Amino acid sequence: MSAPATIQELTSRQYKYGFVTDIEADAVPRGLNEETVRLISAKKNEPAFMLEWRLRAFRHWLTMKEPRWQNVRYPPIDYQDIVYYSAPKPKGAGPKSLDEVDPELRQAFDKLGIPLIEQQRLAGVAVDAVFDSVSIATTFKERLAKAGVIFCSFSEAVQKHPELVQKYLGSVVPYSDNFFATLNSAVFSDGSFCYIPKGVRCPMELSTYFRINAENTGQFERTLIIAEEGSYVSYLEGCTAPMRDKNQLHAAVVELVALDDAQIKYSTVQNWYPGDAEGRGGIYNFVTKRGACRGKRSKISWTQVETGSAITWKYPSVILQGDESVGEFHSVALTNNRQQADTGTKMIHIGKNTRSTILSKGISAGHGQNTYRGLVRIQKSAAGSRNYTQCDSLLIGSRCGAHTMPYIEVKNTSSTVEHEASTSKIGEDQLFYCTQRGISAEDAVSMIVNGFCRQVFKELPMEFAVEAQKLLSVSLEGSIA
Amino acid sequence: MTEPMLRIRNLRASVADKEILRGIDLEVGAGEVHAIMGPNGSGKSTLAQVLAGRETYAVTEGEVLYQGQDLLALSPEERAVGGVFMAFQYPVEIPGVGNLYFLRTALNAIRKRRGEEDLDAMDFLAFAREKMKLVAMDESFTGRSVNEGFSGGEKKRNEIFQMAVLDPRLAILDETDSGLDIDALRIVANGVNSLRSPDRAMIVITHYQRLLEYVVPDRVHVMDSGRIVRSGDRRLALELEEKGYALVQEPPAARSGGETRR
Repeated sequence: MSAPATIQELTSRQYKYGFVTDIEADAVPRGLNEETVRLISAKKNEPAFMLEWRLRAFRHWLTMKEPRWQNVRYPPIDYQDIVYYSAPKPKGAGPKSLDEVDPELRQAFDKLGIPLIEQQRLAGVAVDAVFDSVSIATTFKERLAKAGVIFCSFSEAVQKHPELVQKYLGSVVPYSDNFFATLNSAVFSDGSFCYIPKGVRCPMELSTYFRINAENTGQFERTLIIAEEGSYVSYLEGCTAPMRDKNQLHAAVVELVALDDAQIKYSTVQNWYPGDAEGRGGIYNFVTKRGACRGKRSKISWTQVETGSAITWKYPSVILQGDESVGEFHSVALTNNRQQADTGTKMIHIGKNTRSTILSKGISAGHGQNTYRGLVRIQKSAAGSRNYTQCDSLLIGSRCGAHTMPYIEVKNTSSTVEHEASTSKIGEDQLFYCTQRGISAEDAVSMIVNGFCRQVFKELPMEFAVEAQKLLSVSLEGSIA
Repeated sequence: MTEPMLRIRNLRASVADKEILRGIDLEVGAGEVHAIMGPNGSGKSTLAQVLAGRETYAVTEGEVLYQGQDLLALSPEERAVGGVFMAFQYPVEIPGVGNLYFLRTALNAIRKRRGEEDLDAMDFLAFAREKMKLVAMDESFTGRSVNEGFSGGEKKRNEIFQMAVLDPRLAILDETDSGLDIDALRIVANGVNSLRSPDRAMIVITHYQRLLEYVVPDRVHVMDSGRIVRSGDRRLALELEEKGYALVQEPPAARSGGETRR
């Protein structure tokens, strides 16, 4: 084998999704102004209400300042240097069925382990594949439609179900919510849309796979999931990007709505390119995720495994409006090399007897900086509510950092809030115990870290749990000298 | 004459510039059980850790041959897969990692070295259940994390169970008897005895002669101030029990010229 191939093997072993797909793109010019917003809306042939909404967001955004309170450091972002829309150019009239998806794109997703041919898929999972700014394919649509489930790209939802989009878009994360969510509202290009009708238990796992490919583009997608009364859905998302020296911005918004007795389980395995060992390149993952438990006894559960991105900055939250509704947040966030993460959740208790659980596992290695930031707010109206928070940090080596910033506000006297936190270091004792039994130091670290995260991995759907464990091991490579 | 399982020559080791081992000579043959006794701070545990490859200790002089090979040149995991096992005085807890998963990973690392196939989870479980009987581990053990929430006695039994599964050629038991009540001591001792074998050498480090009533050693060595100062058969242990370590502790002035008496 030639020497360069070996080197490539080594680097791609660290981040095996770093390849670029050479495909012609239909992109708008760099920069952002009202024209850009109009152009994106026009490209998508959107109804007037969408353009209006985007423009309101854009005008509001111009009045906003980028926040600086987060515990992450990055150079200023030049918003005029970003391409806000880039779509792979359709060959001919565009695919009518999955079999007609551009082979280049299909290959790209095959390489990522996401075959778009339904027969090759694990039968239990439907996928919406988003490539740069657009959704290129959604599998199992017909089978889902039989159950009454709508699962399609956001663009398609705007065309085919405008009444649902108009009713729910921005109802959980308003266009004025925060700097990055507002930017997203103005320029978002695609994403996934799910609607689970009353009483339906979604017959398979739904998932979206996000892939950034084009250079200098930002990815701004939106996901909207509506679970009607008594319905259930489990949704997964995964993401990767090529290895590049320049940072790229990913500013997404996810909105979840659960009505009476509905349940939404939302799982993320985030593996955006993290940058190299010196901190060059990588994705800025600045995301707003929020769910509203509108109905009585509804339940929203977030599970996230965050191993990628140069910077991860997100707080998947739950607004517990319905009485006896339940919010959960299970998180593993890993920062290695120069990665930074400031992540956690907000649990806003409004309804009576609402319950929330927060389980956060932060792992820092190399020069990584990991912050848990969380808010538990129990409003006066939320009588008899409970929260339990457990926040554990694990340090590997002596140059990394772990920070915990819990905020707790309780405005009645009948509620209970518990907070437990721990910080530990992978000790020489633990490592030696493993190596003395014949287990290599690298395997030992990954074993100890996986053990640390086990409570969270248990919450992931089976195939994701296996993926997450592997990912953690790869992300930790080189963390022990 | 065949090469002994373990041959230590003039071994010196220190931690943070403090010399702990000051010239150890020891030979242990296959099939033999050697006991190492001595007062606190005499260097017994340091010897065990140096043999297992703990990096805290710097070896400054001497050599250690294991099956004729330079043991000190190997990393801890290379020693382990090569058949060196240490039962820890203080076994560590690894939360969230199942006992059996941990042990299967270790066994498969060793099997790989021996050129054997991996044992899958089912085959391993059957195999491990057999070995659990040796030290009276109950079934609930299989569902627990490595040493997490174990009593002192359970941790020590777990060490012997691991030894039974990993089937080492050289086993070093570092104060496996400490902190055990008499029933637990018997269980552990029975486990150790059942693992005595003509192709295995054992070094049993202990403070007290108590364990040696059950695990009868072929040789007894007494350490003091980083050296083996006396060696004998099992009667030496009884003598020590009676007279205390004053028997072997020499006045400080005599130490510099202290020859090892064998």
